[in-house]
Amino acid sequence: MWEFLVQPFAEFGFMRRALMGCVAISVGGTPVGVFLLLRRMSLTGDAMAHAILPGAAVGFLIAGFSLGAMTLGGLVAGMAVALLSGFVARATALREDASLAAFYLISLALGVLIVSTRGSNVDLMHVLFGTVLALDDAALILLCGIASVTLVALAFFFRPLVLECVDPQFLRAVSGLSAVTHFAFLALVVMNLVGGFHALGTLMAVGIMILPAAAARFWAATIGGLIAAAVAVAIASSVCGLLVSYHFGLPSGPAIILVAGVAYGMSLVFGPLGSLAAPLFRRRVNI
Amino acid sequence: MTYALAFDKLTLGYDRHPAVRHLDGEVADGSLTAVVGPNGAGKSTLLKGVTGVLRPLAGQVRFGTCARNDVAYLPQQSDIDRSFPISVVDLVAMGLWNEVGGFFGLRAAHRARVDEAISAVGLTGFAARSIGSLSGGQFQRALFARLLLQDARLVLLDEPFTAIDPKTMVDLLGVVRRWHGEGRTVIAVLHDAEAVRAHFPETLILARDLVAHGPTAKVLTAANQFRARQMCEACDGPPHDCGKRAS
Repeated sequence: MWEFLVQPFAEFGFMRRALMGCVAISVGGTPVGVFLLLRRMSLTGDAMAHAILPGAAVGFLIAGFSLGAMTLGGLVAGMAVALLSGFVARATALREDASLAAFYLISLALGVLIVSTRGSNVDLMHVLFGTVLALDDAALILLCGIASVTLVALAFFFRPLVLECVDPQFLRAVSGLSAVTHFAFLALVVMNLVGGFHALGTLMAVGIMILPAAAARFWAATIGGLIAAAVAVAIASSVCGLLVSYHFGLPSGPAIILVAGVAYGMSLVFGPLGSLAAPLFRRRVNI
Repeated sequence: MTYALAFDKLTLGYDRHPAVRHLDGEVADGSLTAVVGPNGAGKSTLLKGVTGVLRPLAGQVRFGTCARNDVAYLPQQSDIDRSFPISVVDLVAMGLWNEVGGFFGLRAAHRARVDEAISAVGLTGFAARSIGSLSGGQFQRALFARLLLQDARLVLLDEPFTAIDPKTMVDLLGVVRRWHGEGRTVIAVLHDAEAVRAHFPETLILARDLVAHGPTAKVLTAANQFRARQMCEACDGPPHDCGKRAS
């Protein structure tokens, strides 16, 4: 048991780094994922994750696999798409979800094209699916930095953010923080997606934010409980995913996301709140 | 006469389509006014214009006896996401926003006032419940508790008695009368003409343009209500017909 659970991490530095990186993403990104879910923006998060690709690809084109260049490119592209899709929705007849879908498809195609012109298929796979087993010190510092900034920002903006979700009209009536909160939240989403992209790639980054948040919905009924449950599911998925990938020789990123998917599936069926089995629980309690 | 609020050629709308047009008039300080009119007459839009949620396309709202930030606003229930996991006590406590702000914690005195407001609307024992588990009437009571905490000179209510049980309506009307007795100005969007006649001394009839504004007994006549309906139906046609068929 010890050998199965602990030895891979005790023996190999790259496993410890991967675990550390995943824990940082779980702690920072998952609470943002909970708010994405509560604001019914899960698919927006997915679209924005794809939108990061061309920015990261331009960074790759200029400086190869440079952490700074790809991070900066991803941040710029992500924010640009978030702001542009909002602008298009306001200024034209197209709704925000449709304009976001248009932008992210264009971004994805552009990103794949840019990476392919300079790099190999292996480089493309790295960008799309991440390199969680190859996180270096700088990447770890970046991921931990993003998690810290996210937690501080969420603590600071918690009340306006909750109010913006529950009753945006009221927030607009009592304060001018509505727009600031919205954009700060979008910035946090983009930042965490860029962080997640280094470990899990553009296609998977949003998975560790949304799947644990969706699973938590079946376990907790308060916002604090949701965040705690989601972070716990994300960390557990990271540990299990890394162990599965180590022992069975599977790619790590997809393994982590799949384990989170299994956690979501189990919650969907067995969770105490609103799951498929929840009515059975209730009937038994009533008898 | 001192006024709480005055409208100067106020035009409000969405995407450059006006929903309220060229509205002039004053709302007296301490008055209890019902805003009535057919669907799509711009009643809710008018309240959003007063709160500042919506900027005027033309004209302006002038604040007289009450300050611009001394306004409490009850949005329609449909504007609120009731699936969000938040408890009644947290929702009600948001009424303290102007005192506490967005970033600071609640002190014991604040918590006592929140509890007091919750019991004043008859929700004692529901404080820890999530808002999603409340009935329509209970949820409206919680929103009224939030309004109580806002302690504002001007109270704006958007369809406060829609889809709630008669007992809740009676209780909440009691709260509205209490505000009126305390000298606050209350403006409520209502559909029920009987309730307006029984409880609201002033009425403003809106059909995008102003139809009539004054003492309820004089203003809320069948003729005015018919005219308002005709004006709104005219507005649903092609833009150049708007208002012409009614005249």
